[in-house]
Amino acid sequence: MQLQKGMFRKEYFWKWLISVCGIIMIVITIVIGAFLIYKGSYTFTGFGHSIGEFLFSAKFSPNDSYSGSNGSVGAAVFIVGSVLTCGLALLISTPFSLAAAIFMTEISPKFGNKFFQPAVEIFVGIPSIVYGWTGLTVLVPAVRDVFNLPYGNSVFTAALVLALMIFPSITSVATDAIRGVPSSYRDAAYGMGSTRWQIIKNVVLPAASSGIMTGIILGLARAFGEALAVAMVIGKTRVFPKNIFSSTSTLTSVIASNMGNTFDGTEYNSALWSMALLLFIISLLFIFLIHFISAKGEKKANGKD
Amino acid sequence: MKIKKILASALALTLLTATLAGCGTSKTETSQTPSNTTQESASKENDIKSGASQTNSTSAQNSKTDVSGTVTGSGSSALLPLAQDAADKFKSVNPDISVTFNGGGSGTGLKQVADGSVDIGDSDVFAEEKLDADKAKELVDHKVCTITMAAIVNSDLGSSVKNLTKQQLIDIFTGKIANWKDVGGPDEKILLVTRPDSSGTRALFTKWALDGNQESSGASYLETDNSGELLETVKSNKGAIGYLALSYLVNNKDVTPVSIDGVAPTLENTYSGKYPVWGYEHMYTKGEPNQAVKAFLDYIMSDEYGKNMEAQGYGVSSKMQVTR
Repeated sequence: MQLQKGMFRKEYFWKWLISVCGIIMIVITIVIGAFLIYKGSYTFTGFGHSIGEFLFSAKFSPNDSYSGSNGSVGAAVFIVGSVLTCGLALLISTPFSLAAAIFMTEISPKFGNKFFQPAVEIFVGIPSIVYGWTGLTVLVPAVRDVFNLPYGNSVFTAALVLALMIFPSITSVATDAIRGVPSSYRDAAYGMGSTRWQIIKNVVLPAASSGIMTGIILGLARAFGEALAVAMVIGKTRVFPKNIFSSTSTLTSVIASNMGNTFDGTEYNSALWSMALLLFIISLLFIFLIHFISAKGEKKANGKD
Repeated sequence: MKIKKILASALALTLLTATLAGCGTSKTETSQTPSNTTQESASKENDIKSGASQTNSTSAQNSKTDVSGTVTGSGSSALLPLAQDAADKFKSVNPDISVTFNGGGSGTGLKQVADGSVDIGDSDVFAEEKLDADKAKELVDHKVCTITMAAIVNSDLGSSVKNLTKQQLIDIFTGKIANWKDVGGPDEKILLVTRPDSSGTRALFTKWALDGNQESSGASYLETDNSGELLETVKSNKGAIGYLALSYLVNNKDVTPVSIDGVAPTLENTYSGKYPVWGYEHMYTKGEPNQAVKAFLDYIMSDEYGKNMEAQGYGVSSKMQVTR
């Protein structure tokens, strides 16, 4: 090894630069979290509402002026709306995503690599406003006419739009997971006389299961955080949905439609910040879940080897 | 080998300059805000000087001024299209003053003008209704125009539902009447299309068209984020009724405005005081406006611009025969 000029200076320079960049990102995350806690907790500390009321009451009529705090901040309608919409979107999207991932890796890898994957990747790049607008002009009237409803803005319509949006996230992670299954597994199974379907079902999918779960949770996290597209097609009625064809509101849609109109520091504004905090906590939970699952999957793989 | 090296270094050089250039632009971008404020303070100094000279020479302040500077504003989305149009036309008369407006809602406008981050805060509501008394006292109100809210229905209903009494309107929006046949229309379920309860449009409509009766959350209704979305929703749903500012109806034949108690929602009826559902659009300044801001406010409230205003569906404040 030949000594180069300034070799060690570069070594230290890059080491510090990269460390600083990394630390900045961590600090930003912590600062955002702290800010959300500071703003979001004011509903409970400053206006004296209980966390129970916020999570379980359906009465949402906070006061939007600086005089007094005699409103109510129950966000149960929005929480239920979010959970229902995202759950339904996941139910719709997961089978398609899994099928697409299996098709790309096991059934037709060549076509999958050349055409299918780029097509899926295009989905990722489409902005959510485009999904929302298309949903509003195409899906909403279609749902209304197909199911013979008075109007087409519904949980189901929002779930359809969301399903389309999270499809690429789940598909790409699931594809990577399936590709990561060593081909020796498949060869061994073929050697024992398995058919392709038996291999996919009994060898590949179980081996890739933790990766697939990660993809599904990532999709769920994206669905939970999506505001614009959902807000445009869900109808934003502030009541519990009677069924999947009635309209309701979600956490993100209610924040998006009221944040500009409410006044900073009022009860209304604080209630919205509390919802933002709730979304932050939910996404943290999802991330923990992903780590937990992948750690478990690693353990399992190591144990088997 | 040598050629490769030269090529590589040339490539590295172009990359380096590209990144440097990138850095440069991003730097100027970030430093824009402070430079803006320095410009502003400079223009304020200018104003004091020119203000002093004005008292000496009492030069006539017409729409053309020799003032330069920047005017920033934010707030009400209902006023935004007009504010931006006025800013464009104002710039052609006064090229030295740059005027920019952003939306964000009345809350944002009032808050930002109160803490001094913009020169003009646009609002649909009186500052006293929202800010605390101390903060509201510092703000000076300029009622630049009036805005008239109209109830609109899907054009399928347009032929049969041309007029509603106030009581019918209240019953519809509180959910007591749920079918159009009860008010002389076809046998069609009523679908309310509303705005969120924090919206200024809704506040105005609730106060003057529904006499303060809150919209029912039990009726079948859809909530929309802005007036454009509301228009689209009323247009595409049979049996839909909603409300929005007259300015959205200027070039629109897809929905039908409804008369209230026999009075059509027009500017003339608003001026004469016959049509009740209207409100002021406010441009608030913190304290008395500086020269550049005053020039802009004078322009937007001038008779000359008033014609543009009416063409866009806003009312001229000075023509109002009633006040609020």
